Amino acid sequence: MKQTLIAASLVLATIAGSALAADQFIPIPSYRVGPYASGGAKFYGGMIDYLNYVNMKEGGVGGVKLTYEECETEYKNDRGVECYERLKAKNGGASAFNFMSTGITYAVMDRAEKDQIPLMTMGFGRADAQDGRAFKYTFPLITSYWSQATAKIQFIGQRLGGMDKLRGKKIVNLYHGSAYGKETIPVLDAMATKHGFELKHIEVPAPGTEQQSQWLDIRREQPDFVVLRSWGVMTPAALKSAQRVGYPREQIVSNWWGGSEEDAIAAGDAAKGYIAGSFALDGKQFPLIQDIEKVVYGAGKGNLSDKGYIGTVNYNRGVVSGLLMVEAIRAAQKKYGAKTLTGDQVRWGMENINIDAKRQKALGVSDMFPQVRTSCQNHEGSGYTRFMQWDGKDWKPVSGWIKADTSITQPLIKASVEKYVKEKGITLRNCNAEK
Amino acid sequence: MEWQFFLEVLVGGLLAGVMYSLVALGFVLIYKASGVFNFAQGAMVLFAALSFVSIQDMGVPFWLALLLTLVLMVLLGVGIERVVLRPLVNQPPITLFMATIGLSFFLEGLAQMVWGTNVHGLELGIADEPFDVGGVFISKFDLFAAAVCGTLVATLALFFSKTKLGRALRAVADDHQAAMSVGIPLKHIWAIVWGVAGFVALVAGLLWGSRLGVQFALTLVVLKALPVLILGGFTSIPGAIVGGLIIGAGEKLAEVYLGPFLSGGIENWFPYMLALLFLLVRPEGLFGEKHIERV
Repeated sequence: MKQTLIAASLVLATIAGSALAADQFIPIPSYRVGPYASGGAKFYGGMIDYLNYVNMKEGGVGGVKLTYEECETEYKNDRGVECYERLKAKNGGASAFNFMSTGITYAVMDRAEKDQIPLMTMGFGRADAQDGRAFKYTFPLITSYWSQATAKIQFIGQRLGGMDKLRGKKIVNLYHGSAYGKETIPVLDAMATKHGFELKHIEVPAPGTEQQSQWLDIRREQPDFVVLRSWGVMTPAALKSAQRVGYPREQIVSNWWGGSEEDAIAAGDAAKGYIAGSFALDGKQFPLIQDIEKVVYGAGKGNLSDKGYIGTVNYNRGVVSGLLMVEAIRAAQKKYGAKTLTGDQVRWGMENINIDAKRQKALGVSDMFPQVRTSCQNHEGSGYTRFMQWDGKDWKPVSGWIKADTSITQPLIKASVEKYVKEKGITLRNCNAEK
Repeated sequence: MEWQFFLEVLVGGLLAGVMYSLVALGFVLIYKASGVFNFAQGAMVLFAALSFVSIQDMGVPFWLALLLTLVLMVLLGVGIERVVLRPLVNQPPITLFMATIGLSFFLEGLAQMVWGTNVHGLELGIADEPFDVGGVFISKFDLFAAAVCGTLVATLALFFSKTKLGRALRAVADDHQAAMSVGIPLKHIWAIVWGVAGFVALVAGLLWGSRLGVQFALTLVVLKALPVLILGGFTSIPGAIVGGLIIGAGEKLAEVYLGPFLSGGIENWFPYMLALLFLLVRPEGLFGEKHIERV
């Protein structure tokens, strides 16, 4: 009897194992508790909803069902590394990770390189990882920090009536006192030299709850614009402080980390008129978002506890994250076949994403995010940013998609990559040979 | 005008210092009555503010929401005394301190579990806009916060020095066992003081929440209160105020006038350095009690 039970268990385990082996596993290193839970719950909710949507609508990708497992990072580096280690080999192996955290990404980059698992760093860093010859497994998809910084200055140029109007103007860069905050200083310096505007960098000590002296300094400087490089509580604190010194919010331009509903709502009336960059628009006007609500939530399988948050900025970003991951898997299946893919095969797919206008329309996401076309060398695949303004209730687009100024970013990337290659003692990939 | 700017930084710093004092007060209250450094004060601020806005979001009017939150905070304080502190009577201070660390994590989790993780805006009806006094901009909200804080401090100072209960609290702070031996009901005293600390956390949570939004980051405002406590002394209510004013003004002036020579962003460490310099002269803080022990 005992032997029969053991044999039955083994058979069941084999069946379960083979079922899992036929799936494509996507780890979800989410943060639903802790200081950034508000944005994290919506972002990863959107990502999970998209994976479920693909399963429910198409039965997976090429017949391969998508599976996922969450691990709570609390946005902490140590927990992020723990989640990476816990999930990397699970259920047939991880397809790719998106930690939505610069710190965790930096902490696991070397491990991911060794384990051959791609890291999706959509919208953030490190910026020089755009060069896939040096950073084979890191993908700052759509737009990196450096690309966004150049887009911000171009947007200000548009507001002033042309890039030539920047000459003689004064801009303050108010930045978070961290590696993240300082990352765009060289880019902005190069933009100031190119366009002849005066630039002053002012640091806000992290976490940025108190900014009285910085904003008094800004009032004294009387800049034409303030570019904000904030994160978390620094954003509402900056907007409230700007209100206290009477600085117009219409002249404050942030990057996407400061551009969600959470950032604006926390600042109340002080946020009205404030502008932030984005790589994915909010709203429920996109057919995909409407269909997710119909298919996934209609079946009672939605991930958000309150479906009122469907279409918010962070939710839509999460959907885009899931979509790009699925598109990478689709691309890889064309080369390797419709089966469970390894991390390295998904990496190849991520280097061959091609979402043009036609594909966007087919996916129901026209104009929700810019067109994306990656390659072995180009891990960003786009470089476009769009700007939105908070009207007191919603974000409204106030620009078209603005392309990064590559005359500024490329030399910086080149220099940074050369330094990285030297430090690590590696050689650049030959992308032509890999074709 | 440079002097106007100096004045503006100074006044802004003093008023910011009042906001720090408000958080420091919660620490002082509990330390004064129990000798416990309450690591969970930041979590209490978050819990109070989050409870208030969540109750308001249910459609409850402002004053009723305030009253309900106050009741909740007092109950929380009493509950903490009953569940966490009572079993630890007469234990070394470090044990009580460790218990408050655990309490801090528990309250942070409980607040998010009960009320959710969403960020809320909080408008108290006082615009955070400046008015011009001879070219110097002063925030109306800061003045309101200063008035609230002043009233709170005056009330608490009178309570501790003039009432029987206040004197009992001070006796408990000095020595648990001695206080119990003369008939002071330690358990009731602790319950009261944790209830009052809950009320102070609510006031701090509302004012800070109005400025930063009600979100998890409210737990971080305690970082601004620590140098105030070091400077003002852990047992003095007026010390929390004077300490707050010195730290607030000191850090703002230092950031503006010294910051550019030290590559900026010095506001985080400067207050601690200032407090440590004071400690070299007065180890017990500006208004702290001198400890004389017989050997």
